[in-house]
Amino acid sequence: MRAMMNLDDKLRIDPELVHTVLKHFLRDEIRKVGFEKAVIGVSGGVDSAVACTLVAHAIGAHNVLALRLPYKTSSPDSLEHAQRVIDALGVPSETIDITPMVDPLFEHLPVMDDIRKGNVMARQRMIVWYDRSAAIKGLVVGTSNKTELLLGYGTLFGDMAAAVNPIGDLYKTQVRQLAKHLGVPQPIIDKPPSADLWAGQTDEGEMGLTYAEVDRLLTLLVDERYTPAEAIEAGFEAKFVERVWRMVRVNHFKRRGPIIAKLSSRTIGVDFNYLRDWGY
Amino acid sequence: MKSLTVGLAQIYPKLGDVRANCELHMQFVERAATHAPRVDVLIFPELSLTGYTLQDLVREVAMRPTAEHPAFAAMLDASRRLDLVVGFAEVDERGRFFTSAAYLSQGKVVHLHRKVYLPTYALFDEGRYFDLGESVRAFDTRFGRFGILICEDFWHASPPYLAWLDGADVLILTSSSPGRGLGYPGKLASSRFVETVNQAYAALFGSYVVHVNRCGFEDGLNFWGGSTVFNPDGDLIAQAPYFDEALVVTQVHLDQIRRTRTRLPLLRDERPEVTLRELQRILSERSG
Repeated sequence: MRAMMNLDDKLRIDPELVHTVLKHFLRDEIRKVGFEKAVIGVSGGVDSAVACTLVAHAIGAHNVLALRLPYKTSSPDSLEHAQRVIDALGVPSETIDITPMVDPLFEHLPVMDDIRKGNVMARQRMIVWYDRSAAIKGLVVGTSNKTELLLGYGTLFGDMAAAVNPIGDLYKTQVRQLAKHLGVPQPIIDKPPSADLWAGQTDEGEMGLTYAEVDRLLTLLVDERYTPAEAIEAGFEAKFVERVWRMVRVNHFKRRGPIIAKLSSRTIGVDFNYLRDWGY
Repeated sequence: MKSLTVGLAQIYPKLGDVRANCELHMQFVERAATHAPRVDVLIFPELSLTGYTLQDLVREVAMRPTAEHPAFAAMLDASRRLDLVVGFAEVDERGRFFTSAAYLSQGKVVHLHRKVYLPTYALFDEGRYFDLGESVRAFDTRFGRFGILICEDFWHASPPYLAWLDGADVLILTSSSPGRGLGYPGKLASSRFVETVNQAYAALFGSYVVHVNRCGFEDGLNFWGGSTVFNPDGDLIAQAPYFDEALVVTQVHLDQIRRTRTRLPLLRDERPEVTLRELQRILSERSG
């Protein structure tokens, strides 16, 4: 594939520069809205390890509350890896088992499949984050990366819920580069990414693709503005391109707020245009 | 030696809060006026009094550049201490809005520049909210002949060229440039591009090029700061830090312009009549 070498260059970041921008970003956006603290779910994966490190560097470790929210089937490795991140940064943490919160719903609706159960767990974790947010006046920091957001690999109002997201414009392979620079423990960087919603689940297995490959394609389609036809011409397999672009398209609803029916001459989300920063 | 002291006020304006921004300007005026050496000309970035991504706030914060507006009155008053370049959303007598920058001196508006090129693509939406400026003019100050251009104005080659031919020896470029592009080590792609372009203008025109960018964030846009001064040889002589507020003070030696242009007489040899003739041909062919 002709374009491949070039695409690896496109995905390469200067992690020190990115670290600087994102520290400034978090400090600014958290303090601008009148907060000093942050709340973040730490799963044991590389995304939340990076986001937690960034926010600890931005506002001070003592101002961060890291939450470990396991379900009874969660992997013990995940819990241990999350603890390694917490210990390395010295951030305060709480561990709350969500099993007794979600099991009653699963018992009430017993035919629930794994996807629906996973969504319930993700949304239950969100409920805990936002409760802790209100309790300690800490802003909820999101941990969805650009690959996940584009492919729609996340739960709407669940793990996608957050007030600010420092890594939403970094592809998974770029998050890994940043993780290495930030000193995230190597096993966390190396292990197969997983939502850990059921035993043996991996992102790449579930989606049927590898991050390395899809990130190359996405950077071409999204950042370099290639059409799918041009991406195929550049050497990507047609079926793969079509499937990925379809995932991006059909999941676009997750990246947008609810659609409001326009009736008046000035409608929220249509022609009532102010930045969120306007409010502060 | 003919020289002046230039201050680059790399500030973080608060979106839509003219009063807070006015206070911030006054703090920088105070610092610049009491700095050793004393600053002669203090330059603020694009839309420094209002913030950048104004959208529907434009009509709320836009001002006439007269003493009737309290913030502008404060700027005019401050210009009795030192010359100022300030950025603001301007409203004219017929309710049209412009992205403007004013050169103020001795309590008066010496020059008003309205942004000629409004980026309306990708992350930019300026054409939706502002009208187009229609002129590029150099102007005389008590220190020499200057030109002012705002951000997208100097991504196009023609406005700096026009200001140069109109006699600008010091080109003042103001911007609210959002950082983007991670492909290069050490700096954002947008910083690299702007620095390259500004260095080229300095070298091609044998002029001083002073660029003042803002810093801070607006809804996730990072304004990268990194304000610069390039001398007529194209050398970087001062640079503010990336991302943080700063007042950077540097000497501009106007004699250097003459020395550089003696060595490299690009201005003397420039043939604007050829440019004009060819432009007329190109335009007539295009319309034909």
